[in-house]
Amino acid sequence: MDWMYHLSDWLQLLTAGHEPWDSYARYLPQLLEGAWVTLKLVVLSGIAGILLAIPLALLRVSKNPWLWVLPYCYIFFFRGTPLLVQIFLVYYGLSQFESIRNSGWLWDQVLSQPYWCAIITFSLHTAAYIAELFRGAIQSVPRGEVEAAMALGLSKAKQYRKIILPRAFGMILPAYGNEVILMLKGSALASTITLLDLMGATRNVISRTYMNLEFFLLAGVMYLVIAAVIIGLFRLLENFFNAHQRATHLPVKQLDAQLQDEHLRDNAR
Amino acid sequence: MDLHGFGHLLLAGTWITLKLAFVSLFFGLILGLLGATAKLSSIRVLRWIATTYTTLMRGLPELLLVLIIYFGTTELLLRMFDVYVELSAFAAGVAALSIAFGAYATEVFRGALQELPKGQQEAALSLGLSRIKAFWHVMLPQLWRLALPGLGNLFLVLLKDTALVSVIGLNDLMRQAYVAAGFTKLPFTFYLAAAFIYLLLTILFMQLLSLMEKRANRGYAGGLR
Repeated sequence: MDWMYHLSDWLQLLTAGHEPWDSYARYLPQLLEGAWVTLKLVVLSGIAGILLAIPLALLRVSKNPWLWVLPYCYIFFFRGTPLLVQIFLVYYGLSQFESIRNSGWLWDQVLSQPYWCAIITFSLHTAAYIAELFRGAIQSVPRGEVEAAMALGLSKAKQYRKIILPRAFGMILPAYGNEVILMLKGSALASTITLLDLMGATRNVISRTYMNLEFFLLAGVMYLVIAAVIIGLFRLLENFFNAHQRATHLPVKQLDAQLQDEHLRDNAR
Repeated sequence: MDLHGFGHLLLAGTWITLKLAFVSLFFGLILGLLGATAKLSSIRVLRWIATTYTTLMRGLPELLLVLIIYFGTTELLLRMFDVYVELSAFAAGVAALSIAFGAYATEVFRGALQELPKGQQEAALSLGLSRIKAFWHVMLPQLWRLALPGLGNLFLVLLKDTALVSVIGLNDLMRQAYVAAGFTKLPFTFYLAAAFIYLLLTILFMQLLSLMEKRANRGYAGGLR
């Protein structure tokens, strides 16, 4: 990406040797590339996480113990252990097994690459949290709506696809947004497995410039900017998905309570 | 569990992890209470400071905070006062974790304070208690019950975040697992062992918290919560 280096050269003309601005301008391309990696990590694992979370949550709400016990253990493990342990387990841990090291493509292209290890870990991690959100939302879809779907003669699968899941998705959106922000914060751990994300690039630059404070502060500002952008995007999404109540910005719990109130009022009428 | 002779190392690390978690919890709770009172105070500057604090902490990675405090404080003191102070990894960890915990605890305490019936404070004040006494003897004991579930969750998060301090070299559970994995070339075994110890601690504290919640809610059967 050439434009970043042009921008950097141009900025250095402006800063003209004034520190720390001169160093900021000089190392801006590295940091922007790091921020791009961070963004990719968060977006990819956010999407993979929600795709994984849906089947997990569906199994988790099942009443058959054979079905819910495995998702339950999965969710419990990933929510009960530190993300740092999980990422080390995947990146350093898997190399302990010879069969994995000799697995050809899988090892060469995926499991020995810090980038993919980070994405795999973050997806598995965030899926556990999102599944728990989904479970709560599925169970709090107003009873009347499910009954109405049954009365219309929809099959169980259709009830979930047309009524329950879209409804649950609208309900968890604000909480899902929080989860993505937490993932953004957690993604800094990718730097511990040698990945040059925003945190990794920052540490790299610091090892060259010895300007600890300045560059950590700059990285902090960049993380805050990314967080602000994500929050803004989710506001838009909420407006779109919960159009029927024009984004109340209430937390899920309150939202549920509100929904139930409205539901009761509807019945009373 | 011997784990190739490294079992006792993991246990020693667990002890440090627990110490780190509890010391950070202590300072974090104080920060949270201060933050909540500042957020609800009538003084504009205090509200502004508290809001900035919680907003910043919601977007900053904990790892960045740990590194900035560990590497930055020394440099800052050197530059500003020309004194060289080397912060221990433990102290830096406590500072970072309690600042992070305090930001989220501020929201929990604020929510709990707002949930408290206003009449409680008014009654205490009309009995002639000073504001501080009213807070200490009337509000705080009730606050505890309302804030406990939220604080419990935050403590479990804190417990897991302690692993980050291993990055700056504190010999906690995570770091010991790292060392053992390096020595034995059995990374999966040791990180899994560490994971199970964290899991065990989580289960333990979840049980403890539910007991504490039960105790805090005695006399409220089917009541407010």
